[in-house]
This record gives sequence, C-alpha cells and structure tokens, in this order.
Amino acid sequence: MYYKLNTAEQKTTFTERMMQMAWELDADRPIYAQLVERIRMQIVSGYYQPGGKLPSVRELAATAAVNPNTMQKAFVELERTGLIITQRTNGRNVTEDEELIAGVKQGMAREHMEVFFSKMKELGFTKEEIRALVDGEIMQNVQEEGKGL
Amino acid sequence: MNELVEIVGLTKAYDAKHVAVNNITLTLPRGKIIGLLGPNGSGKTTLIKMLNGLLTPTQGSIIINGKYVGVDSKAQVAYLPDRTYLSGNQKISEILDCFVDFYADFSREKAEEMLRSLNIDPSTKLKTLSKGNKEKVQLILVMSRNACLYVLDEPIAGVDPAARDYILRTIINNYNPDATVIISTHLIGDIEQILDEVIFMRYGHLVLYTSVDNIREQHGKSVDAYFREVFAC
Repeated sequence: MYYKLNTAEQKTTFTERMMQMAWELDADRPIYAQLVERIRMQIVSGYYQPGGKLPSVRELAATAAVNPNTMQKAFVELERTGLIITQRTNGRNVTEDEELIAGVKQGMAREHMEVFFSKMKELGFTKEEIRALVDGEIMQNVQEEGKGL
Repeated sequence: MNELVEIVGLTKAYDAKHVAVNNITLTLPRGKIIGLLGPNGSGKTTLIKMLNGLLTPTQGSIIINGKYVGVDSKAQVAYLPDRTYLSGNQKISEILDCFVDFYADFSREKAEEMLRSLNIDPSTKLKTLSKGNKEKVQLILVMSRNACLYVLDEPIAGVDPAARDYILRTIINNYNPDATVIISTHLIGDIEQILDEVIFMRYGHLVLYTSVDNIREQHGKSVDAYFREVFAC
C-alpha cells in the first residue's frame, strides 16, 4: 500500500486506521510475523515513543482482531530483539535505547531500498536514471508540501 | 490434567449406512481458539453435540477437564448451538434470569454490561431484534459464563461484517486464558486470524489437526486457500 508523505489529512486517516480497524493481514504468511512487522513499524515511526507504554496483549489483540496467543508470540519475538521490555509488575514498554530503534529503522530502510533498486533494475533503469527519478520525485514532494502550507 | 479435552476412538453411527463421526482420536489443549472446519455433512455438528452430551457416542469416549461427558462436564461447557433454543416471546431480562438459575458460572453483570455496550435494552423481547442482534445476544449469553470449554456452532453465519467483527472481538475479550474455544464454521477466511489451531473433518474422519501458522509456513497460503485445495471437488 502507498501513502503519500507529509499531507496532514492522510496522516490522520492513517492514524485512524491504526486505531480502529482490524489490521489488514496478508493471507499467505504467518500472522505473528506480520504482527511483529506492524508493531516494529509503529515503534520506529514514533507512534509508540521510546520508553512509552504499550497496550496489553489482550487490548492489542482485540484492536487487531487477532488471537491473543498470536499477539503474545509477536511480543515475545519483539522482546527477543530488545525493542520492547517487559516489566514484571508494570506491563510492557518500548525500549529507551534510541540507538537500537534507529538501527532497526536503518535496517528496514535498507530492505526497502534493496527492493526498490532490484525493481528499478528489472525495469531497465541505470543508476544515473534512477538517481534522476528519485531527485525529481523529491522535488515534486517539496513543491506539494509548499502548496499545502 | 493438563489436556482439556481427550477424545478416544469416538464414533457416531445413526445407522449402518450413516456414520457421521468415524473413529476420531484427538486431544485438545487449554487456552486455544480452535477452528472446527469441514464441508457440510462432514460431522462437525455431530461431534459438537457429543461434546455437549446431546448425543450419545456409538463407540469411544470423551473426557473434558478430567470428567466424562455428563452433568459434571455440562456445568463447565458453554455451548452456542447452530439454531436458537430461546423463545422469541421472552424478554431478554427473563432469559438472563433463566441463565442465572441454570448456570452457576453465569455472570449477569457481564452480560448486562455487554448488552449496554450494544444499546440493547434488556426489557425488549428477543423476537423484536434484528438477526444480527439476536446472534449477538446469544453469543453474549454463552460468553458470560465462566466455562473451561466454549463450543460455538456457526457463530457468524449470516451476520454483516461489522457484526462479525463485534462477535470476534467479544470472543477474544471474554474467554479466559485457561479455557479453550472451539468454533465451527465454513466461513474460514472470516475467522482465520483469531484461530490458533484448526481441525479439518471430512466424511466423519479427522483429516488434519495443526496450527494456523504451520499451514501458512509450510504451504505459504491461508487456511482458507489450503482448505479449498484439500477439499477441492
């Protein structure tokens, strides 16, 4: 799915989607893996702040309309990578380690870049052409932002 | 005592030609939401009725939470039948009275709270409700019990998508983590993401009992798609 960057209106719809709708999940991959990706994205994008509190397994499972055991499995995986911390008496928090979060963000960005470059190469673009296209796209985004203000 | 349901060599034959459930042996754990899936006539409802003691097995046995199916097991199994047994002329509040009398583990407060959240007035008669709301009321009655096994026969048949989401959330929010929920349906795609495990039945036989993530990992497709492949005509 493609969301345009930085337009206020679309940002709220995106947030609303996060809050209200049952999460859309792909049919052909394990559900817990998709929950891990989704929550990781929410942490990296700052939807859940560093050190911030996370909803309980049951709350989040109900929001996503998935099985609580599956959500639990996703949380265990996120704990293993250190992104979330479980406190025995106080529920779960996002890690305060902002370097760790930045590292995860870099890793995710690299994955997107790899996909992008392999697709563009498949389409037959050279490196210079890809760079020109990216520059053009950025310019257009800047202009649209300007209009929005 | 760790396993919740132990089914051994279970068979139900209505007559020599019609064997609805054929020699099923199956052990179900606690704390899972399990889909009971199969085409029409595969024996799902017959199996469910035996779990609830409404049909007597021809052969084999079922033990639920350490007890053979009977009065003791029925006190711990909450059952949503595929067809309603409630009278439409009763007010919802009267039905609640009946459930309080009948089931020691029924929480009236919980039921009333859920009715409030749906803006359903307990003084209305059941028959005046829409189909979707009737389904919801019946599910609320079942999920307001503190049972160790919930058996839901086709809980989402014929309701709109919003009602379906409500029903799924009600199931997730209300079952206790030591209990297991068995949901029978052929609308697999609709409930797939709340299931831990699935049981496939065909012609009364157990075809498959595995976890949803296993199917997705091994076959790279949804349970719904895999079901269509296994049961292709």
